[in-house]
Amino acid sequence: MAVLWEAVKMLFALPSYQLPHLHEIAADFFREGAGGERWWWIMAQNAGYTALESLIGFALGGVTGLVLAVTFAQSRWLERGLLPYVVASQTVPILAIAPMVVVWLGTSWFSKAVIAAYLTFFPVTVNMSRGLRAVDPDALALMRALSASSRQIFFKLRFPASLPYLFTALRISATASVIGAIVGELPVGSRFGMGVVIVNAAQYYNWRPANLWAAILVSAVIGIVFYRAVAVVERRVVGWSRVVPAV
Amino acid sequence: MGAPIIELADIAKTFESRAGATEALRAVSLTVEAGEFVSIIGPSGCGKSSLLRIVGNLVEPTSGVARVNGKSARQARLDRDYGIVFQTPVLYEWRTALDNVQLPLELAGRARGEREQRSRALLRLVGLDEFAGHHPWQLSGGMQQRVSIARALALNPSILLMDEPFGALDEMTRERLNQELLQVCAETAATVLFVTHSIAEAVFLSTRIVVMSPRPGRIERVVKVDLPRPRVNKTRALPRFFELVTEVRQSLREDSGVAEDLRSGGADSP
Repeated sequence: MAVLWEAVKMLFALPSYQLPHLHEIAADFFREGAGGERWWWIMAQNAGYTALESLIGFALGGVTGLVLAVTFAQSRWLERGLLPYVVASQTVPILAIAPMVVVWLGTSWFSKAVIAAYLTFFPVTVNMSRGLRAVDPDALALMRALSASSRQIFFKLRFPASLPYLFTALRISATASVIGAIVGELPVGSRFGMGVVIVNAAQYYNWRPANLWAAILVSAVIGIVFYRAVAVVERRVVGWSRVVPAV
Repeated sequence: MGAPIIELADIAKTFESRAGATEALRAVSLTVEAGEFVSIIGPSGCGKSSLLRIVGNLVEPTSGVARVNGKSARQARLDRDYGIVFQTPVLYEWRTALDNVQLPLELAGRARGEREQRSRALLRLVGLDEFAGHHPWQLSGGMQQRVSIARALALNPSILLMDEPFGALDEMTRERLNQELLQVCAETAATVLFVTHSIAEAVFLSTRIVVMSPRPGRIERVVKVDLPRPRVNKTRALPRFFELVTEVRQSLREDSGVAEDLRSGGADSP
């Protein structure tokens, strides 16, 4: 990766404001910021803030998505009524919604978590309601033959059978929640988080391009850590499934 | 033999779909008595699986009455009077072999200690006690089907419904499981209704064989199997075994292409 990076830079003779050297990006972490702190510490604090917002949003969106999926699986009628709105919610650009949510809910971490949840719940709803329906007919017939209650059928068959679907969705949601939190930090008024760092770095880009690249790198790392965390939990929970991909 | 356990009176079943109505069963009447092992054999699509599912109240007949253990089929299902084995093992992938066998006991609200003890005993019965902690994907097809038989026996039902349980297995595994099944049945004294498309399997296992016609399925003939018991591997070499195989084969409708196909594919003896 690093070799490719530098090769591209050399080959096209790109100046540092288009593509800085890797060592310039690395050096940026050790530069002293305005407050006297080193940039790696500033980044770490903001990344932690964003990660926390993402995590809360991820949990919030996961639960919302799950509740919607179960509701839809129980009632075709409700699904027909509500699904168009759920789909419509995802066709509106998040960049347009984020400022409104911040205006409604304030500039605290909560509005960011809500925006993260907004991106998180949809994959969970879509995948999980599919999983809840995709149960093997004979597995259901077995439950019927054993005169199981609908509660037992849900908890002992439908829910565990759809866990692989849930985790596929959570992998997507894990990275989406980080994007959501960062986008939520972009509007004016926010004070912490990688979104704020990115906006500031973009303003001073001509002067210090490496700063923005460093911020992008850190944001990507948060997303990757989230994704890997979900994958690790997935291995533990649905290790019985043959369709679980490698971590 | 004994009291009637399964009573089918004038059963008919028509499946409605967008493509039109399909008449699967017509005027099927059959009585199975306690302790019998009755096989249903017939060409693909003759409704033999539907018939089994009507007995299990998993499918409602279009007309006719199904009574099980002297009650309606529905009541018998609610009372968990029968155990069922499908063509595929239908094991829950997230459960170990032991936990799969426990499922019926859990649903019936049995105490944990009893569940565990009973499931272990059943796994021993089917020769899988060493595999209690294995997940389904770690077991061969034959082992999976044995787990599913153990599960069917969990609540000690007086009736076993088996829908081509060994159809997907290779010949050697099938013959071994046939043998094991008879031992299990002898130990549990269950009445068995067994759907198959293998003539040799039906002759080896059954006290009676119900031969069905192509769709719409009707009972073509009932062949009584008078082979000595217990049935052992040597039974397959008896002249009477071959006579019965031939008799069943001839009972399968001559004029049906499906039956022709069945005779060449399903018959596994000379």
